[in-house]
Amino acid sequence: MTFSRRQFVGTALTAAVALAVGPGIARAELVDDAINAFTGGADMETGGITLIAPEIAENGNTVPIEVDAPGAESIIIFAAGNPNPSVATFNFGALAGSAAVSTRIRLAGEQEVIAIARMPDGTFKMARQNVRVTIGGCGG
Amino acid sequence: MVTIKKNRLGLMGGAAVAALAFAGTAMADIGDNESLVVNGEIEMVIETDPPEHLQGVFDRIYSGWVFRSDETQAMQADDFENPGMIFADQAREAFDTVMGSEGNSCATCHENPESLADVRSTYPVWDEEHGTVQTVELQVNECMTERMGAEPYGYDSQEMRNMSALISSVGRGRIINVAMDGPAQETWEQGREIYYTRYGLLELSCANCHEQNYGNNIRADHLSQGQINAFPAYRLRNAQLNSVHGRFRGCIRDTRAETFAVGSPEFVALELYVATRGNGLTVEGPSIRN
Amino acid sequence: MAENVTPRVRVPREASAGETVSIRTLISHPMESGQRRDSDGNVIPRSIINRFVCTFNGETVVDVTIEPSVSTNPYFQFDAVVPESGTFTFIWYDDDGSVYEETADIAVN
Repeated sequence: MTFSRRQFVGTALTAAVALAVGPGIARAELVDDAINAFTGGADMETGGITLIAPEIAENGNTVPIEVDAPGAESIIIFAAGNPNPSVATFNFGALAGSAAVSTRIRLAGEQEVIAIARMPDGTFKMARQNVRVTIGGCGG
Repeated sequence: MVTIKKNRLGLMGGAAVAALAFAGTAMADIGDNESLVVNGEIEMVIETDPPEHLQGVFDRIYSGWVFRSDETQAMQADDFENPGMIFADQAREAFDTVMGSEGNSCATCHENPESLADVRSTYPVWDEEHGTVQTVELQVNECMTERMGAEPYGYDSQEMRNMSALISSVGRGRIINVAMDGPAQETWEQGREIYYTRYGLLELSCANCHEQNYGNNIRADHLSQGQINAFPAYRLRNAQLNSVHGRFRGCIRDTRAETFAVGSPEFVALELYVATRGNGLTVEGPSIRN
Repeated sequence: MAENVTPRVRVPREASAGETVSIRTLISHPMESGQRRDSDGNVIPRSIINRFVCTFNGETVVDVTIEPSVSTNPYFQFDAVVPESGTFTFIWYDDDGSVYEETADIAVN
């Protein structure tokens, strides 16, 4: 690290301002657009889908999540605070044993993880979980 | 485990340490009766009595696994969940591959990786022939250059970290028993000297963090005892295998010092010394760490 | 370009007819997100696995569209129904055009 103090203060201020206004709004729009692209703007129920993610993730690079939406034909995962909020879409085929999946995802800081299931009757179900991401120690 | 915090304030010296603000709140999961059994069969010693030379320093010694979150811990309990094992498997292919001018592979002399099961738990070790202390990596390169007529691996290269992960993986569960006496003693003492020397603009020694403040928070992370029984470690932060010397380099760099080089005599000595601080724990690598 | 990409799958060797089995898959891949910069400040181009498909005897189990927010060395666990003896096929599609394939047989007893 070769940051001077002045550079550091400048960067920190810029980052703080940017976080306070710019990307916050832009990202909210991004994730809304992405959700609408999947649901067509349909209403969503909150039951019938389970999303398991750690309340506090030790490292944002590798956050284990599980999602289960019995009967769903498709599940999409969003990380609302990531530069690109889409994470993955799981389309379950004829030989799927369940509409459940576990994976590991990246989270760029504390944010909401959102899972939306599309049911065969065209309805949608949604679950959200806030995940805090630990800021590392000295990192080494 | 309140006892380990009793001297904390008294031991802290210097503005740099105070500025880093070790927070004494969360004591990780120490002492909550967890256990680590890999693949349902390899039982790990995650805490035990300290080796003789650390009596009076630690009440207990702990594997770094103890300090990690439940999710991270779980990734190490099963080889399929552990991405580090992919790289050990890649080294298994290299093990059987002929390299160099002599027409030999590792398997020519060593039959299979499992025949090296006792290596990780006893290294670094005194090498009589060369009159020096050898790490696993130096030993691998000795084989490559002297027996196989091959180019050595880079000390911290992907190939070397993979091979180190393989050699560690076949020795998992063995009790660390690294010798510090006899001809290795001088190197061991040099390593101890380095361990307790404050480096860098922050004037921090290994001991400031890993002996005096393990279990405390550094920013939002838990400091471990800095044990190296579980290396190489697959770290979530860079999603790759990390070697012992790579980790040493990172620590010293973060004190804002010029670091020693990987494979340097200083780091070999430090590895020998730190390895003996873990005598009694078990070989865990490739492990999962933050 | 991704080098040394190694797929791994874990599938039970046997099942009874119609049983649901748990499948795990892992593939070594850097999953370069396209968000990072190198030391010269240039954006490192995106290079990820963008799709993963598991089929059994030609029928789809799961078909996954993958974005850069999936972690390095992508891992998936899911369930499959096994109607008869046969072969699971796992295919990962790389941004660079590479396709990685792995198979696993299962016997219905």
